[in-house]
Amino acid sequence: MSALLEVSGISVSFDGFRAINDLSLAIGERELRAIIGPNGAGKTTFMDIVTGKTRPDSGRVLWGEHFIDLVGMDEARIARAGIGRKFQRPTVFEAQTVEENLHLALRNPRGPFAVLFSRRRPEDAARVAAIATEIGLAEELPRLAGELSHGQKQWLEIGMLLAQEPRLLLVDEPAAGMTPAEREHTTALLRRLAEHRAVVVVEHDMEFVRRLDCRVTVLHEGRVLAEGSLDHVTSNPEVIDVYLGR
Amino acid sequence: MTWFLLALALVTLGATVLSQMGLGLISTSFVKTLGKTLCLCLVAVAMDVVWGYCGILSLGHMAFFGIGGYAIGQWLMYARTEIIVTESLRQSPLPPTEAEIVAAVGSQIFGVVGSSEFPWIWAFADNLLLQLLMVMLAPGLLALIFGWLAFRSRVTGVYLSILTQAMTLALSLWLFQNDSGLRGNNGLSGLQNIPGLDHLGQDLLSVLFLWASALALGGGYLLFAFVTSGRMGSVIRAIRDDEARLRFLGYQTEHYKLFVFTLTAMVSGLAGALYYPQAGIINPAELAPMASIYLAVWVAIGGRGRLYGAAIGAALVSLLSSWFTGGGAPPLDLGFHVIHWTDWWLVVLGLSFVAVTLFFPKGIGGLFDLIPARRPVPDRQGAFGPDRGARRREEGVPE
Repeated sequence: MSALLEVSGISVSFDGFRAINDLSLAIGERELRAIIGPNGAGKTTFMDIVTGKTRPDSGRVLWGEHFIDLVGMDEARIARAGIGRKFQRPTVFEAQTVEENLHLALRNPRGPFAVLFSRRRPEDAARVAAIATEIGLAEELPRLAGELSHGQKQWLEIGMLLAQEPRLLLVDEPAAGMTPAEREHTTALLRRLAEHRAVVVVEHDMEFVRRLDCRVTVLHEGRVLAEGSLDHVTSNPEVIDVYLGR
Repeated sequence: MTWFLLALALVTLGATVLSQMGLGLISTSFVKTLGKTLCLCLVAVAMDVVWGYCGILSLGHMAFFGIGGYAIGQWLMYARTEIIVTESLRQSPLPPTEAEIVAAVGSQIFGVVGSSEFPWIWAFADNLLLQLLMVMLAPGLLALIFGWLAFRSRVTGVYLSILTQAMTLALSLWLFQNDSGLRGNNGLSGLQNIPGLDHLGQDLLSVLFLWASALALGGGYLLFAFVTSGRMGSVIRAIRDDEARLRFLGYQTEHYKLFVFTLTAMVSGLAGALYYPQAGIINPAELAPMASIYLAVWVAIGGRGRLYGAAIGAALVSLLSSWFTGGGAPPLDLGFHVIHWTDWWLVVLGLSFVAVTLFFPKGIGGLFDLIPARRPVPDRQGAFGPDRGARRREEGVPE
């Protein structure tokens, strides 16, 4: 399996605190991967580095067939290269309609002049309608995103990610604040998403990760502690010591 | 939009009919005030696009307005002085050479600052076409360079406002110097006399400028309505509401901000170029930071995030302002103290600004949402209210 994303030897420290310490990690094409670890293990910092928000002090983040180094690229270019990010709290543009939100995310030219003179094409409208149906918001298209319920906003954000057509999707704690039924739903959705693209889920809810039934990477103090199936990593004594033992 | 353009046409036509036709119901100076007000409306509409739609609280757009005024003022002064000088030299026994005329024009214009040389900044002053280009290019270029530096470094919120203010102050202080090449604190004067059109008389000229201002405002309004609609408008409003999120969608937000900042600066320059020939004089005080703050006040009172709101705010506040400070308003006798509006107007303005931002964040324009048959347009629901610039979180992942 050739790697879609290969993170090698990245380190970053904030004010002397080493958030990420010589971390190496590879994500394959269409792989579903869970990253777990206690608070402060560097999960979110890892995502920040991949999406260009934080620049690592050292190391490389190689992307795609041509091994493009993402380090030093800004967020927008990385997003256009094909990496989408789902935030923990739903972040949609609340002052705009569901339809406008989806149109914003559609994979179309993103330069100011291209956008200024762009007209809505029928195929764009069809794509938006298809996505809205898939996320169950077809009836809500003309409504303001701010009027949606918390759950609907989550769905809208996922719809925007679908519209973006990323090759790799980074998902931050999708199960936080969800009811058991909603978790069930989300698990199914993530597995379905992973059929066509790589999905990395950062989570610290063990039960949720178990249901995802995928390869698991355990982070601790900014480096990889163990990697493998959930059963494999949970039997690792070091993992039990730092994470599960508590 | 249709309503706005209709109202604009009505005001322009009405003023034309009332001032001409031998009726003389409206004085020339009032026509000029009206024309100037339309120019202020145009710069306010531009300010609304950059602040109300894109969320950049620029405190420098009146500087772009002033640059436009200076650019056209250079030609007006040069061409007019040249005519006068040629006229007076005609009496001399020997016909004057080209160089003698230029030297005489130079000493006429720069005598007040003890010089007679033309500074580099007057290189195109004899060419109306080039100077008209400068009206848009000079503010555009300044905005482009300034914006590129600021947006690329991701300066946002109050920090950006302070930077734009510093730019305005620096420009104004530079212009105050005698060796700036623009006549220091004397500024440029006599701009109401249009070379070659003197025979028309001020009453007709004032109407012509009123028409030009109305056309510019109408055109600018249409341009900005186009920019703030469709996907472009959607992106611009998204920058205001959550710039970091938009970046993760793959939009290079700084390019958009640069586009909006530069375009509005160019339109502001045009507005200034139409304003100052009607005002007759421009001096560095016009570019003082205070002017740009007034502009923000007009837009806030008129209503951010709607183009007609900004125009209404600018028209209302600037007309009221000249009424109160011009001694038009009768003093109010409270018994223990007589309120002279020339002294108290600024207090009233300040209080109403505070009241509007705190209690009526949608401004005067918000009244239009109260018309029952009208469903509020989505873009009027944005993150207004007290400007959150100061409290805006650091860029990045929303928490």
